[in-house]
Amino acid sequence: MGRTVPLRVAVNGESHESEVPARLLLVHYLRDDLGLTGTHVGCDTSNCGACTCLVDGESVKSCTVLAVQCDGAEITTIEGMADADGTLHPLQEGFWAKHGLQCGYCTPGMIMAAADLLERRTGEGPITEAEVRKGLEGNLCRCTGYENIVKAVLAAAEATRGVTA
Amino acid sequence: MSTTEAAPAKFVGQSLRRKEDPRLITGRATYVDDIALPGMLWAAVVRSTEAHAKILSIDGSAALERPGIKGFYTGADMSDLLAPLPMAWAPPGVEIKTPERWPLARGHVAHVGDAVALVIGEDRYGVVDAAATVQVDYEPLPVVVDVEEALKDEILVHESLGTNKAHEWSMGGGGDIEQALAASEVVVERRIVNHRVAGGAIECRGAIAEYRAGQLTVWSSTQVPHLLRLFFAVQMGISEDKVRVIAPEVGGGFGGKLQVTAEETMCAWASRRLGRPVKWIETRSENMAVSHHGRDQVDYVRMGATRDGKITAFHANIIQDLGAYFGLLTPMIPELGAFVMTGCYKIPVVQTDITGVLTNKFFTDAIRGAGRPEMTHMLEVMIDQLAEELGMDAIELRRKNFIAPEDFPYTTPYGITYDSGNYAAALDRALEIVDLPAFRAEQASLRKQGVLRGIGFSTYTEICGLAPSRAVGPSGFGLGIGLYESALVRVHPTGSVTVFTGSSPHGQGHETGFAQIVADVLAADPAIVEVVHGDTATGPMGLGTYGSRSLSIGGVAAAHAAEKIAEKCREIVAHNLEADPGDIEIRDGKFSLRGDPDQGMTLAEVAGCAYIDATNMPEGMELGLEQTLIYDPSNFVFPFGTHICVVDIDEETGKVSVVRWVAVDDCGPAVNPMLIDGQVHGGVAHGIGQALYEQVVYDERGQLITGTFLDYALPTAEEIPSFELDRTETKSPSNSLGVKGIGEAGTIAATPAIVNAVIDALRHKGISYIDMPLTPMRVWQALEDARGRGDGPRDTEQGVSLPPQGEGSAGSGPTIPEGGAS
Repeated sequence: MGRTVPLRVAVNGESHESEVPARLLLVHYLRDDLGLTGTHVGCDTSNCGACTCLVDGESVKSCTVLAVQCDGAEITTIEGMADADGTLHPLQEGFWAKHGLQCGYCTPGMIMAAADLLERRTGEGPITEAEVRKGLEGNLCRCTGYENIVKAVLAAAEATRGVTA
Repeated sequence: MSTTEAAPAKFVGQSLRRKEDPRLITGRATYVDDIALPGMLWAAVVRSTEAHAKILSIDGSAALERPGIKGFYTGADMSDLLAPLPMAWAPPGVEIKTPERWPLARGHVAHVGDAVALVIGEDRYGVVDAAATVQVDYEPLPVVVDVEEALKDEILVHESLGTNKAHEWSMGGGGDIEQALAASEVVVERRIVNHRVAGGAIECRGAIAEYRAGQLTVWSSTQVPHLLRLFFAVQMGISEDKVRVIAPEVGGGFGGKLQVTAEETMCAWASRRLGRPVKWIETRSENMAVSHHGRDQVDYVRMGATRDGKITAFHANIIQDLGAYFGLLTPMIPELGAFVMTGCYKIPVVQTDITGVLTNKFFTDAIRGAGRPEMTHMLEVMIDQLAEELGMDAIELRRKNFIAPEDFPYTTPYGITYDSGNYAAALDRALEIVDLPAFRAEQASLRKQGVLRGIGFSTYTEICGLAPSRAVGPSGFGLGIGLYESALVRVHPTGSVTVFTGSSPHGQGHETGFAQIVADVLAADPAIVEVVHGDTATGPMGLGTYGSRSLSIGGVAAAHAAEKIAEKCREIVAHNLEADPGDIEIRDGKFSLRGDPDQGMTLAEVAGCAYIDATNMPEGMELGLEQTLIYDPSNFVFPFGTHICVVDIDEETGKVSVVRWVAVDDCGPAVNPMLIDGQVHGGVAHGIGQALYEQVVYDERGQLITGTFLDYALPTAEEIPSFELDRTETKSPSNSLGVKGIGEAGTIAATPAIVNAVIDALRHKGISYIDMPLTPMRVWQALEDARGRGDGPRDTEQGVSLPPQGEGSAGSGPTIPEGGAS
């Protein structure tokens, strides 16, 4: 595997110190080294977004990031979205309630991308369907035709607004 | 929740949240790539860079010298396999020339990506590095890519077969097609290209095989675990009882995992050879090249009618591009479409002629709809073409030829008996939603503002619920195995229930829908009905999930098995209440005495009798509450509906946007309406993808141009509209639940609605037809041609010299050969 380099990250609030090959992709570090298999790989050109997770609060496609690029970063994966007591994140709840998933393979990436979209939105008023569709264009789903994914994200936005307003 | 709580009378019909979802939305589901076994090795496949070549030599010595590499194998090493990869269609009386296909090439490659060698090693990255060092010396052979060129037999894909024409298959009904067309007052003709597409499941394929102490266990991302077990037994000479196949969580299939693949066999073989588990995970680039494609037909279609709009004859001459080899069902796919050639209409004389042709491309096989989208596309496009020729409203033309509700069961000229239908009801409801008069007014007004808006219709019916086994099996249609489905329902001593199904879902929601069905029958709560699937070691023989068959075969199997248990429950309850079994009914979540609902027993109490205290069982009754059943229906099912598409076209760029989609589908009584809607959404999106964006493209040398998701344009959330759906419910007499299928309906219905909408928007410009995919380049070119400007600014666009038409094009998405417009 060639040269290794030290890596220190916090993933879902837990610190990890590792020695990793320089070329190791973040997605494989998460999946193979940490056993966090909720982050998926669906392509090799960063088109599908199944591997999306949050690095220092921003969504990244972890198949296109080297693990070592994340040295010192805080990473959140799908496994870190629900509360410790099992209470689902509003997006997880929205996807469940609105049937926003079928095979579930793109779902973790969709949820992470949607979390980033809702978190970083600066627009006034409730987020629109068009904004959600535009915001998720980097994530592919073959099962749902996106209809219920969009509804799920809108529902989560509404639920979050209800809480924070 | 326990069964003692009062439960709603019926769970069937409710949009219950899915039982599958908690694990999927929290990242706790287990797909193949999430599995790691102790001692597991990785596999990488060396693939042909040539579309057609003789292999002169393969040198893997450098690979073997790399650290962690445990094995390097070529086709010669795998000569102990007992059978080539299977093609499972042998119709009585039809000669099919089948090219032999082994997991690794034996001296000859016939498409780009053909597997040449296998590298096994300790880690995921190391095997890829090693595979890159393998030296393969090829002697290139002439390549034929175009299906009609291949038909000339000037270049042979397999010299040993002597021809590229693999098979011919014809079916006629109702009379002589040529006479019927000659006698028709009006005949319309078209050459329709239904281009090659990919399945596009977001999870690529993958497999892990572990051969240990004479037992083979394979985890595979498959739609057909039981068929895989059967094949592994045959191919590797292992007794079937020693083979276990597990389909864990499967990340989408769409037909692409209805396959027995080379790589699954390679893993199993290598594991036996090396004594360690072997894992292979497909990359997306591999997936685009060597996970089977679909469609890819050139169709010559003729439709005859009377002047007043009665269709008199319909003929399809289908040239099917099979690719270089056969997958499980390759040559069968167009034939499946033939069975719904008449669609919703009374067409007295029909004829389907199919020619299967080999080319130097990867093989085609079942992709969502499998033959039926192609046939429905021809039919529904031609209905609009005929309406235009007759100067008749396309909706009125459809109505005039609909099979009427009182005609069912209706037998088509091909001898297929449609179970039930009410086509006008679905059309009426869809028209009500879309508000056609308002649309036409808006369309006219927009046209004055320079906006090109169009509306297109597709009134479809399709054949699904694949079974009955006698009809489709070896002595019938010719599939290598009859199709049916199994269920094992087991009530546990505490009254919870496990349903083992031979159906093998990959997103459809069986765990919820089947639980709803069984819960109703057994007075249980769906929360404590667990549906187990995808493991050949746990349930009876099953046939898997494809062809919209799961509910109407597998769901009904589960219902019937549960009914037999319920019958036993009634006898046990009657015995305990000293009543007649006929007086025991399910009420408020219990088996209750009719007329005195306070007297009754819950399923848990009945299970207590059957498992815990046998003194409460009727004399002589077997203990336990368990039933295994294989269900083989009497007929297919025929869902139907109306899909309406509204598009806007940007005249400057040729870009087509779908702005509305109205669909009214009828798949019989709904088990879970939310799941049905989800299937329609995804199905239509798949069709929109094909019609507007997606195309697998090879260049003239057989090199794959669309090798990644960068070039193969799956639609995103921005390209898909919000859907307006409704349903009608017409029961099927084919099964006791009255249900039909819905998984493929949207895909089957969608493409002609889009093409018809685009033509509706452009007809006043003098454009009467454009082949899919309706990319901006193609539509723009059609507009240019219609203006009489010929090729327009082709050679100046963006300052780049573009290839002449027929070789490629620009615009968004992939390059498009054959820009057929008129």
